Amino acid sequence: MTNPIIEIDILRYRPEQDTTPFIQTYSIPYDEEMSILEALQYIKDELDGSISFRWSCRMAICGSCGMMIDGVPKLGCKAFLRDYYPNKIKLEPLANFPIERDLVVVMDDFIKKLESIKPYIIPAQEKSIDDGEYIQTPEQMAKYKQFSMCINCGLCYSACPQYALNTEFTGPAALALLARYNRDSRDAGSAQRMEIVNAEEGVWGCTFVGYCSQVCPKGVDPAAAIQLFKVESAKDYLIGMFKPD
Amino acid sequence: MNNPASKRKPYQRELPVDWWLKHAFYTKYMIREGTSIAITIYSCILAWGLLRLSQGPEAWQGWLNALQHPIAVLFHILALAFALYHTVTWFDLAPKAADIWLKGKKLDDKFIVIGHYVGFVLATLAALIIITL
Repeated sequence: MTNPIIEIDILRYRPEQDTTPFIQTYSIPYDEEMSILEALQYIKDELDGSISFRWSCRMAICGSCGMMIDGVPKLGCKAFLRDYYPNKIKLEPLANFPIERDLVVVMDDFIKKLESIKPYIIPAQEKSIDDGEYIQTPEQMAKYKQFSMCINCGLCYSACPQYALNTEFTGPAALALLARYNRDSRDAGSAQRMEIVNAEEGVWGCTFVGYCSQVCPKGVDPAAAIQLFKVESAKDYLIGMFKPD
Repeated sequence: MNNPASKRKPYQRELPVDWWLKHAFYTKYMIREGTSIAITIYSCILAWGLLRLSQGPEAWQGWLNALQHPIAVLFHILALAFALYHTVTWFDLAPKAADIWLKGKKLDDKFIVIGHYVGFVLATLAALIIITL
């Protein structure tokens, strides 16, 4: 009996020689324990050394190996051949980002957005190290913990049709990260960050498709963060009407 | 990217116009949003009825007769189906817009969804009582 084979289609793009991406098919021995990332490593080691993809930890922590697997944004290390076998698998670079090369995308815009939301604690009063740490109870931590689990993989941006239509939109991960800081009891920067929330490209760019939360590999719920911000933003607007400053 | 010797040439993919047909999740979302059209038309018909009511019994009767037309009946059945679809999908999403904490724990999503259905049933009963009185 011959070993079973699985076919993998990869959308390839080599900027120095291609004008448009094209599909290349690879056949590899099927192994039910093999992740998509390991399959790519097999292809690179045994079949075609020219193929490019990003990876590091192999355990859904680094957020590097995001890609479209049969049209769905997933981490290559967290999806397995057995979930698709005996069907052919189609791998494409993350949607809504420009393709750098093969499965590697340009994430500059995403990183810029993460940086733009003041992703650091802005205390009400700076303390010196001698004054000790900023104390927080487990209950206070529970309020933001979920939003702090993001690994910046970008899957939610690939899942977001609003980002696809207009990349000005701040987007799911950045707004979830903003929620992580605004909900932190040690932080007093909410007023500054609400300007980002209220902006044209802030939370109102979201139409609540909700797929971002569905595809998140870490159980973060950006859709919830954004809807809750819409409530905050509406309150901000109403209060501003009566108490302009 | 500013290096003139760079071979970089990022490729921008086009978003196909039928993007929302490519995945069931997007299709369901578009149907949810699309139901608003039927609900808007329904609201306009209702507002028209109110206007006819203010114009006297004959005008009102004319409006009632118009509603007997097969197209009007068909539209209302369709609008009801769409409204129910919107209601169910919206109630499912409701917990995302609620952040209720009791004794240091976030209230379970299912209680928020059940709360919405209870409100829905109570409002329907109240409306039925008002209409039949």
